[in-house]
Amino acid sequence: MNNNNNSQRTIDIVNKGLQKRYKAEKRFRLYGLWAIIISLMCLATLFISIMANGYTAFQQTYINLDIFLDPTEIDKSNLASADYQGMIKKSLREMFPEVKNRREKKKLYSMVSSGASYDLLDFVKEHPEGIGGTISLWVPADDDVDMFMKGHIKRSVPEGDRRLNDNQIAWIDSLVERNRIKKKFNTTFFTAGDSREPELAGIWGAACGSFFTLLVTLLLSFPIGVAAAVYLEEYAPKNRWTDLIEVNINNLAAVPSIVFGLLGLAVFLNFFGLPRSAPMVGGFVLTLMTLPTIIIAGRASLKSVPPSIREASLGVGASRTQMVTHHVLPLAMPGMMTGTIIGMAQALGETAPLLMIGMVAFIVDIPGGFSDPSTVLPVQIFLWADSPERGFLERTSAAIMVLLAFLITMNAAAVILRKKFERRW
Amino acid sequence: MTPSNLLILLLLLSTLAFWLGKRRSFAVVKDSGGPRMLHSRPGYYGTLTALWCGLPALLVFSFWLGFESNIITDLVLSSLPESLKELPPDRLNLIMNDIKNLVYGNIVSGEVSKDIQAAADQYKRLESISHMALSVIVVVLAIIGCLVVQKLISPSLRARNHVERVIKYILIACSTIAIFTTIGIVLSVLYEAIRFFQMIPLTEFLFGLEWSPQMAIRADQVGSSGAFGAIPVFMGTMLISAIAMAVAVPIGLMSAIYLSEYANKKFRAVAKPMLEILAGIPTVVYGFFAALVVAPVIRNTGAMIGLDVSSESALAAGLVMGVMIIPFVSSLSDDVINAVPQSLRDGAYGLGSTQSETIRQVILPAALPGIVGGVLLAVSRAIGETMIVVMAAGLSANLTVNPLKTVTTVTVQIVTLLVGDQEFDSPKTLAAFALGLMLFIVTLILNVVALYVVRKYREQYE
Repeated sequence: MNNNNNSQRTIDIVNKGLQKRYKAEKRFRLYGLWAIIISLMCLATLFISIMANGYTAFQQTYINLDIFLDPTEIDKSNLASADYQGMIKKSLREMFPEVKNRREKKKLYSMVSSGASYDLLDFVKEHPEGIGGTISLWVPADDDVDMFMKGHIKRSVPEGDRRLNDNQIAWIDSLVERNRIKKKFNTTFFTAGDSREPELAGIWGAACGSFFTLLVTLLLSFPIGVAAAVYLEEYAPKNRWTDLIEVNINNLAAVPSIVFGLLGLAVFLNFFGLPRSAPMVGGFVLTLMTLPTIIIAGRASLKSVPPSIREASLGVGASRTQMVTHHVLPLAMPGMMTGTIIGMAQALGETAPLLMIGMVAFIVDIPGGFSDPSTVLPVQIFLWADSPERGFLERTSAAIMVLLAFLITMNAAAVILRKKFERRW
Repeated sequence: MTPSNLLILLLLLSTLAFWLGKRRSFAVVKDSGGPRMLHSRPGYYGTLTALWCGLPALLVFSFWLGFESNIITDLVLSSLPESLKELPPDRLNLIMNDIKNLVYGNIVSGEVSKDIQAAADQYKRLESISHMALSVIVVVLAIIGCLVVQKLISPSLRARNHVERVIKYILIACSTIAIFTTIGIVLSVLYEAIRFFQMIPLTEFLFGLEWSPQMAIRADQVGSSGAFGAIPVFMGTMLISAIAMAVAVPIGLMSAIYLSEYANKKFRAVAKPMLEILAGIPTVVYGFFAALVVAPVIRNTGAMIGLDVSSESALAAGLVMGVMIIPFVSSLSDDVINAVPQSLRDGAYGLGSTQSETIRQVILPAALPGIVGGVLLAVSRAIGETMIVVMAAGLSANLTVNPLKTVTTVTVQIVTLLVGDQEFDSPKTLAAFALGLMLFIVTLILNVVALYVVRKYREQYE
C-alpha cells in the first residue's frame, strides 16, 4: 500500500515537471539552431556587403574625346616625346568652349584621368597613319567622375561637401546628353599593376606576385611535406627523436603566422641577405608555414592505406622503399594532394608574414620573376583598404571577390578530388 | 651562368648520368649472362649514378648561394674609401642598400656619387666571378660523382641498398625541417629580444604601464624618448581576445552540439561545410569587413543611445575575430562530442532524461577536457591573429577594459614597428622582437597544454 502510494507520488512529480522539462528541451534545441543561423548570417552579411561594395568596380566610366593629332607636335621618330596631355586638354577645351576661367579650366581637365595620355600614346603607336587627323578615342574618366556616374557621389549633397562641384556635374550631364560618356567593362582592373589613381589601378601585378610566391611554396612544400610524412609514418622508429619531431610539427601548425614573418625577416633577409619584397623569400616563409598542414594531412592519408597492402607487397619480396613508392604512395596520393591544395589556399590568403618581409611596398611594375620586388593579392587588398579614395573602396571589394573566387575554386577542387578518389577499405 | 640556368644544367647532367649508369650496368654483365646476374635492377645503378652526380653538387650550390651575398657585401664594404667607412653603422647600411639597388637596377634614394657607383661596379664584378666559380665547381663535382660511380659499377655492387639508404637520409632530412624551423624561430626572436633587453630592462618591459615606442632615431630629431612598458599592449590583446571568445565559444559550442546531437544527416551535410567556409576566408577580408561594416554600425548604434564609441573600438575587432573563430571551436568540439561513447548516452536515456539533459549533464561533462583543449587552441589563435586587429583596432596603447575604447595588441605593434624603416640597433625595432618572443612563448604554452589535454582525453575513451 505504502509502496504503491510512493510510486504514485513519484510519477506525479515526474509528470508535474515534464512540461517544464520539455520546454527546456525545446529551448536548448532552439539555442543550437540559432547558433548556426547566427554564424551563417554573419557569413551572408560578409559576402553581401563585399559584393554590394565591389560589383561596380568591374565597370569603369570612359569619356569620348575628339583629339586632333597635331603633326607639328608629334615627332614621328620619337612618338613618346609629344605632349599628349596638351592635346587632350585642347580637345576638352573645344568640347566646352564656354569655360574661360583658369580655375574652371583646371577643374575641367581633372575630369579625365591622368592616365589618358598613355592611352593616347598607345593609340598613336598602333595607328601612326592617324597623325594629322582628328581621332575619336574613349579615355578613362577620373575616379570622382566614375564615382558620380555610379551614384556614389550624390547631387543632393551640398556643393562644399562633395568632390565634384556644380559646374563639373553640369559638364557630366552635357557629356551624357551628347552620348560621350559611358560605363564599359573595366579591363584596366585585370591588366594593370598598382597605381595611386583608382581608375588606373589593377590587380594583375599582385596576382602575378601571388602566382610566383605560390609556385615557390608549392615546389618546396609538396615534396618536402610528402617526404616528411612518409618518413614519420612508414620508416620512423617510435622513439624520443620522432616524438620530438611530432610535437614540433603539431606546435608549428598552431604558431601565429606573424611569428613566421619574424623568422623570415631575421633569417632570410638579415642573415642570408636575400632581397626584400621578393616572391622567392615570400615562398620560403609560406613553405615553412604550410609544411605542418601538408605533413599532417599526408600522414592521415598514409594511415588510411590498409596494412594488408603493405604486407602483401613485402610478402612478394619488395623492399620497404619499393613497398612505399610502388603501392602505398600512389594510394595515398589523392589525400596528400587534397591536403596540399588546402595548404596552398591558406598560403594564398596569408598576409601578416609577408608584411614582415617587405612585400608591402607600392609596386607599379608587373613582377616578371622570383626576385623582382612584388606584392601579393591579400597585401594589395590591405594596401587599398588603407586608401581614403572612394574609388579604392570598391576596388578593394572587387579584389576580395577575385581572391575569394580563387580560394573557392581551390577548395572545390580539393573536395572534388576527395570525393572522386576517396576509397573506403 | 645564372644560378637558375645552372640548376637546369645540373638536372640535365643528372638525367644523363642516369642513362650512363644504366648502360654501364648492362655493359658489365654483357658477357656473363645478362642483367639477371646484377645484384639490383639496372635502373638502380642509373639512379645511384644520378644521385651521386646531382646531390653533392646541389648541396654546394645551395650553401654557396646562401652565403654569397653576405660575403660579397663584406668584401665591397671593406673596399669602400675611408671617408665612407667611418660613417656610423646605420648610415653605412643605407649606402649598402643604395649600392645593391644600383646593382639590381632599382630606384636609388638620393644621387649616386662616384664612390658608390664604383662600389656597385665592384659588387657586380664580384658577383659574376662568384657565379663563374660556382658553375665550374658544380659542373666538376657533378662529373666527378658520375665518373666515380661509373667506375664502381659491377655485378656485385648493391645498388638498390645504396639508393634506398640515400632516400632514407633524404626523408629524415625533410622531416627534421620542422625542428629547424622551431629552432630558427626561437633563435632569431631570442637574439634580437636579448639585444632589446640589454637596452630596456626586462622588468620595465613586463611591468611598465606606458607604451609609446615612437622615439627619436637620430639625435637631432624631435620626439619622445620612448616608453616600453608592455602592460597596456598585453591588456589590449587580452581584451580583444576575451571579446572574441565571448562570441566564439557559446556560438561555436552550441552549433557543434546541434550539429552532432540534433541535426539530421541532410542538414549536417549542408551546414557543416558552410561553417567551414568561415574558416577559409582570409583574415585580411575579415579585417576589411570589420573596418568597413562592423565598426561604423557599432559607432552609429552607440551614438544613437548616447555612448561615445571610438571608431577603432576593441568591440568591432573582437566581434569579427569571434566570428572567424566560430568554425574552429565548433569543429574541435564536434570531434570531441562525437568521441563520447554511445553507451553513455544510452545510459542517460534509459534513466529517462531528455536529450538536452543528457547533453548538459552527461555528454558535456564527459567531453569537457576536450572542449577546454579546443578553447585553449582557439585562444592561442585569437592572440596571434594579426590582420583583423591591424585593420580594425587602433595604434594607441590605452590601459582600459572598456570595449568601446581604442586599444592596441601585440600583433598590431609588431606590424607597425617592423613595416617601414627599420633600424636594427634602435630599441624601437627590437621591441617588435621582444613582443614576438612573448607572443611565441604564450602561444607555445597554450598549444602544448591544449594538445596534451586533448590527447589525454582521447586516450580516455579509446
